[in-house]
Amino acid sequence: MATSSINVPSAGPVAGSRSFLSRLRDGDEIARVITFLFAATVVLVSVMLVVELWIGSALPRHKFGFGFFITRVWDPIAENFGALPFIYGTLITAAVALLLAVPLGIGAAIFLAELAPQKLSDPLQFFIDLLAAVPSVIYGLLGVFIVIPIMREWIQPALKNTLGFLPLFQGPAYGVGFLTAGIVLAIMVIPYIISVSREVLLSVPRDQREAALALGSTHWESTWKVVVPFARTGIMGSIFLALARALGETMAVTMVIGNTPTISTSLFSPGYSIAAVIANEFTEATGDMYLSALIELGLVLFLLTFILNGLARLMMLLTTQRGSGMGMT
Amino acid sequence: MLLLVLALGGLVLAQNALLINGAGATFPSPIYSKWFDEFHKANGTQINYQPVGSGAGIRQVTDGTVDFGASDGPMNDEQIAAYKTKNGSGILHFPTVLGAVVPTYNIPGVSGALNFTPEALSGIYLGRISKWNDPAIAVANKGVSLPANDIVVIHRSDGSGTTYIWTDYLSKVNPDWKDKVGKGSSVNWPVGLGGKGNEGVTGLIKQTPNAIGYVELIYAAQNKIPYGSVKNSSSAFVKADLASVTEAAAGAVKTMPEDFRVSITNATGKNAYPIASFTWLLIPERFKDTAKRDAMKSFLKWAITDGQGAVETLSYAKLPKEVVEKELKAISKVQ
Repeated sequence: MATSSINVPSAGPVAGSRSFLSRLRDGDEIARVITFLFAATVVLVSVMLVVELWIGSALPRHKFGFGFFITRVWDPIAENFGALPFIYGTLITAAVALLLAVPLGIGAAIFLAELAPQKLSDPLQFFIDLLAAVPSVIYGLLGVFIVIPIMREWIQPALKNTLGFLPLFQGPAYGVGFLTAGIVLAIMVIPYIISVSREVLLSVPRDQREAALALGSTHWESTWKVVVPFARTGIMGSIFLALARALGETMAVTMVIGNTPTISTSLFSPGYSIAAVIANEFTEATGDMYLSALIELGLVLFLLTFILNGLARLMMLLTTQRGSGMGMT
Repeated sequence: MLLLVLALGGLVLAQNALLINGAGATFPSPIYSKWFDEFHKANGTQINYQPVGSGAGIRQVTDGTVDFGASDGPMNDEQIAAYKTKNGSGILHFPTVLGAVVPTYNIPGVSGALNFTPEALSGIYLGRISKWNDPAIAVANKGVSLPANDIVVIHRSDGSGTTYIWTDYLSKVNPDWKDKVGKGSSVNWPVGLGGKGNEGVTGLIKQTPNAIGYVELIYAAQNKIPYGSVKNSSSAFVKADLASVTEAAAGAVKTMPEDFRVSITNATGKNAYPIASFTWLLIPERFKDTAKRDAMKSFLKWAITDGQGAVETLSYAKLPKEVVEKELKAISKVQ
C-alpha cells in the first residue's frame, strides 16, 4: 500500500557539460530514461488505483456523502453503510501494534547492531528475516490457537484485576478483539522494524562512534546519544513500513479481531478493520450499492494510509530539524 | 515435419473440444467438481467451475463472463430483471443438491445434544436470550442442567450461503428478525462475534466456553462436530441428516413455483429438518452457441438423474423424485 523509503542523497546531475548525444552514447541517458520509467510506473499504479476506487465508489459517495465516514451502521440488507467502526478498528489495532512493536523492535535492533557480538547478530538476523517472510495466515493461525486462549485465560483477567478501573480494560474477555489483533499485528511487524533499523544503525559511520568514545562517553552513551539519533530518519522509515503493514493487514486480523463492527473504548471488545471487512464480504456482495460501498472502504483505507504516512513524515521533518540534522548516509 | 504437423493438428483439435465456464457458490463446489470430472470423462465436454461465491457467480453470469452461474440463494426479482435488460432473455434456476445448516455449541458440563426451539434460536441471535439457563432454552431440554453463564453468539463474518439459509430461517420464525435484520449472505448482526468460514466459526466455538454458532451440515458431519436438534413446524425435534433434509425438500414440492426459486426453510413434513435449502445452477435461457447449449442440457439431465447417486458420499442430500421430474420438464426451456 504505502511506500516508505530511506533517504539516500542522490548523486545529482553531474554531467552538465557533455552533450546529450555523448551522454546517450555512454549510456547515462538511457539509464536515466529507463529508471525514470520504472519510477513512473509506481506513481502511475497509485494514481490508477485511486481513479479506479473513485469511479467504483460513485454510488455510495453520492448517496451517503461525508456521512459515510461518521455512520456507525453497516447493514447490507437495508443498504445503509457507514465506515466509522471499520476506521476506528483499523486505527486502534495499528496503534496497539506500533505501541508494542516500536520499543521492542528498536531495542532489539540496537542490541543486534551495537551490543551483540557478530557471531550472535548474524544468525539472529537470519531468523528475523525468516519471520518477515512468514505468510500472514500463519500468524493468524498462531493467533487463533495460541494468542486467543492465552488472552482469554490469563492476560485479559490479569489486566482486568489490575487495571480494570481504566475503560480500556473492561467488559467480557472473549479472547478475540482489538487487543489481540494489535498483539498479533505487533508480532508481525516487529521483524520489519528490527531488520531495517539494524541495517540503518550498522551503516552509521565509524567515526561518529569513535568521536563519542574519544570524548569520554561510555559504549551505551555513544550508542544512545550519537548512533541512534544519527540513524533516526532510517528508524522512522522502518516504523512507516510497520505502520503500512499494520493498516493493510487482512488475513491475520480477521482471524482474531472478532469481526463485529463496534466502537468501544475497551480493548477487549471485538471489532472490525477495513481490510478485514473487504476480504470477508467482497465475494458475496450482491447489490451494486453494497459492492460500491466496499470499494469506497478501499478508498478510505488508501486515504487513511496516505494521511498517516504524511503526518508521520511531517513529524519526522520537525524532529530532525530540531535534532542532529543529519540523515543517514 | 509430418509429425510436427500432426502434433500441431492434434493441439488444435484438442482446443476445439467444447469448454464451458461457470462460477459461483462455494458450498456445492466439491460435488460440482466431481460431476464435471465424471461428465468430462464420459462426454469429452470440459466444464470449468470457479467457486468464487454466490454473489460473484450471479454478477459474472449477468455480465456474460461465464456461461452459467451457481448460487446458494435464488436470484431476487431485481437481479433477474437486471439480467434480462443486459442479455435480452431470462435466466433459469435448477436445484442440484440440498444442504442444511446446524446449530453447534460449546457449554462446559453439557455433553448431550441440545434441543432448540425456533424461539430460542431467534431469541439468542437477537440478543434477547443471554443466559444458557433461560427458560426458553431449558423448556426444550428437561433433564439437562444448563449453566447460568452468558451466551457467546458466533456467526459467519464472510458473506456466505450458510448465513443466507440461517437468516432466512430466522426471518420465517421470528417477525422481529425479519423487520430488524432480514435475510442475506451478510447481515447487520444484533449481537455476536464473527468467524471466517465454517472453520473460523468452529474454531471460535471450540475455544470459547458457552458459545453457540451455526455451520453447514456437511462440515459438521465431516469434522464430527456435535450439533443440536431443531424443532420443525410439526413440533418435532429433528436432528439434521440427509434423509430429514430431503424430506424438507419433498414437503415443499407442492408449493414449488415453476422457476424453482423456493425457500424450504421451516418446511412442512413430520421429519423435515427446518434449516435446509436447495443450491441452484443458474442457466441462461438462451445460448448463442448451440453446441454449448446441448452440452449444458445433457449435463443438467445427467446431474439430476444419474449424478444424484454420487451426492450422498459427499454428505449432500439428494433431490426428491418429484423435484427431479419437474426439472426434467424445465430443461426444455433452455434454448
